[in-house]
Parts: sequence; structure tokens; C-alpha cells
Amino acid sequence: MTPGTTSNQHAIELVVNDKPRAVTVESRTTLADCLRSQLGLTGTHLGCEHGVCGACTVLVDGRTARGCLMLAAQADGCRITTVEGLSGDGELAPLQQAFWNCHGLQCGYCTPGILMTLTELLADDPRADENAIRLALSGHLCRCTGYQNIVAAALAAVECLRGNA
Amino acid sequence: MKPSPFVLHTPRSVAQALDLLAGSDNARVLAGGQSLMPMLNMRLAAPDVLVDINRIEALAYIREEQGEIAIGAMTRQRDVEFSALVADRLPLMKEAILQVGHRQTRNRGTLGGSLCHLDPSAEMPSVMMAMDATLHVQSARGHRTLSMAQFAEGMMTTALAPDEILTGVRIRPWASAHGWCFVEFARRHGDFAVVSAAAMVELDRQGLIAHASLTLGGLAATPLRNPAAEQALIGRSDEAGFDQAAALVQQCDALDDPAFPSWYRRRLATRLLRRAIGSAFQRANARGANA
Repeated sequence: MTPGTTSNQHAIELVVNDKPRAVTVESRTTLADCLRSQLGLTGTHLGCEHGVCGACTVLVDGRTARGCLMLAAQADGCRITTVEGLSGDGELAPLQQAFWNCHGLQCGYCTPGILMTLTELLADDPRADENAIRLALSGHLCRCTGYQNIVAAALAAVECLRGNA
Repeated sequence: MKPSPFVLHTPRSVAQALDLLAGSDNARVLAGGQSLMPMLNMRLAAPDVLVDINRIEALAYIREEQGEIAIGAMTRQRDVEFSALVADRLPLMKEAILQVGHRQTRNRGTLGGSLCHLDPSAEMPSVMMAMDATLHVQSARGHRTLSMAQFAEGMMTTALAPDEILTGVRIRPWASAHGWCFVEFARRHGDFAVVSAAAMVELDRQGLIAHASLTLGGLAATPLRNPAAEQALIGRSDEAGFDQAAALVQQCDALDDPAFPSWYRRRLATRLLRRAIGSAFQRANARGANA
């Protein structure tokens, strides 16, 4: 057990968006709450808090996970990527730029989670087609866009990445 | 909402986990968290102690042992999905796992977690029932094995004692020429199914059904094999025979709620089972022709 850890308080070390962070969390603190309240990364949004809406989706060791369904203490030693980690030096990632160009968001509440899911999808399958994109998006709820522009943005990102290859 | 306070333990071995469970009152085991975490967040569950078994590497494996496929309880649903061994030897399980939640939940959700949560419409308990899996259970007191019928006692209720952990399952694959099909109806892809149907068939040399396994999920509190319908399929290869077998589902008791009344579940189960039998038979035929 890491020093400073009791059965109720856990001193954890994790790498968030390529930066090593150390933080002490309560047993019951979820990863999403730790990111938002303790590490100040409020880009990760909380919607339903029971794993259905997908707004809190982050990457844990490169794989999508619901930030509300994982305890912060479980992330000890993990590499976490949040929406803040997608853009380097204030420049939007190609996926984010595609969302801008295609008007892939309205209120933007669900967008951070969707961006993380599509980041995983495009890393696994840079040539993802519309079916694969829709299947990945089925794990997210969006109440504004009707999804059409989200799909269009993801397809535009695929095109953009292909152009760079 | 947020979970009520609890003490969290993170054992590294099964023995440590079992000691923690034996020494705790009101403890729960935390596997992939895709069912228990929502219950904690909504305070439908309020354990004093949580034993997180995610760091027990010995519980995550998929391997062949003496002709059976052994799968550890902490094997991620994602790893079942991408396992070549599962795709080759347990194609029913492969087809079913793709209908479990979403990529984002399968990355963390586990086989054992799904079995222990035992939602009536969950896919993995149905697959275990369909394939007569053996479930391995351990406590500080010892080890025992259960069939899925023994394990699934009732609505979201398993035969596990408070100090026991499900460590893994063993499944005997059917012959390579068998046919299989897992279908379900959900209101949206990835949602809980209302009803699901699993069918497996093996044909004799004349192309008639020699063995069948038919299982319905979401119809009753636990997955339901239908021995009468299985028996009715023996010696058949005709559409009328498939219709008659599927129609026997009409005699089952079914869950009843305002959204999905029992008459609706029975009708859905009959249609899905008919579809599953037809697809399983076609696949067995195609595989037999290639053999």
C-alpha cells in the first residue's frame, strides 16, 4: 500500500494527459469526480452517473471507460486521457477540428465523451466506416444534434487522417 | 448521485480476497463495476466494505483445458469479444458478447461480474445455461462447482454465499459442425434486452436435428432452458417442425410488468426462438456441407 493510504483514503499516482499526478482520494470518489473536482479537469462531464449517457467517457490506458463507473482509487498507476489531452498547445486535434467544421455539437455537453470514444475508434480503425462510427456512438446520448452532424464530423476526421497518412 | 461511504480493499490474490470477505460484514465484491457501480451511485447498494478484485491477475484468462474452454471470472468482456479461441470454439458466446452493452462498457465489464449480477435479460448467463457451463466457486472454507441452473437461484440472486467468489467457468464446446444463433430484442442497440433467445443444434448424417439446446433470457427471472422444445426438434429439419418447437414457449410463465406484459414477452420469445432455430439450423447445414 502506498504511504498515506488507509482503507478509506487512498494516495494514488496516475498519469493524466501525459502529466504525472499524485492525489489522495476517498474510497467512494469516482474517477470522473476526481478529475473534475480534485485535478480541475472539468472537460469531462457527468450526465447520468450510471453509465448510460456516456458524457464522462475517458481513456484508461488507451481504452474507453465510463468515468462514473470507475473509482479513482482503481486508477492508481493508470494512464488517463481526457478531452483536455486531445489538443496540443491550443491547437485542435483533427477530430475536434472536424466537429467544428461540421457543426458536430450544439450544447456540447455530450461532446467530450463522444470525442474520447471516436479517438479510441480511429486509433483502432483509422478507416472506420459509417456503420462502425454509428456502432461506437450508440454508447452515447446526445439530445441536440440528432447525431447526423456527429457522424458527418467523424467521417470528415477519417478523411482528414487518410489525407495525412 | 454519489456512493455512500465504504471501506475499499484491493487484494492481489484470491486467498487475500477470500480472507477479506470471510472477515467482513456487509461486503460486496467489485468486478468490472458496470452494474455494481451504478447501484452504488444510486445508493441501491450500500455495502460497508468493497473488495475490489480487479488487481487479481490470476482471475483473467481464456484457455483450453482437457477439451474444455476455461474462462476466468475477471476476464473482460472485451477480451471475450476478441478471443480467437472463443470465436473458433464458442461461436454462440462470440455472437452474444457483441450484444452486451457497448464498447465503452465491455472494456471494463467482466464475464464473472455479469454472471453474479444475474440480470434476467443479461446475455452471458443465458450462454452459460445454453452450454451447460460449470461454475467454479471458492471461499476460505473451500471450493465447489455448480451448474448454471444451480447458480441462478432467482431474480438477480445467485447461490453464492456472502464469503464466496466466482473464480471462473468451464465450457465444453460443441462439435465444430454445430449451428448456433443468439438473437435479442432491445429498444436501442446496447440496451438491456427485453427477451433473448439462444439456439444450438447438431445434425445427424441425414441432416436432421440430433441435439438441440434452446434458452430464453428475459422471459423469466433467470435464463430458461426449454427441454420440451429441444425434444420437439429431434429428427426435424422442416419449417413446420421449427414452428411447433418455438410455439411451446407459449406455455411458459413469463415476467410481467406494465412496459412488457407477460403475453408480449411470450410472443416475443416465440418469434425470437423461431428465428434462432432457423439460423442455427442453416449454419449447421452450411458447416456440414463444408466438412
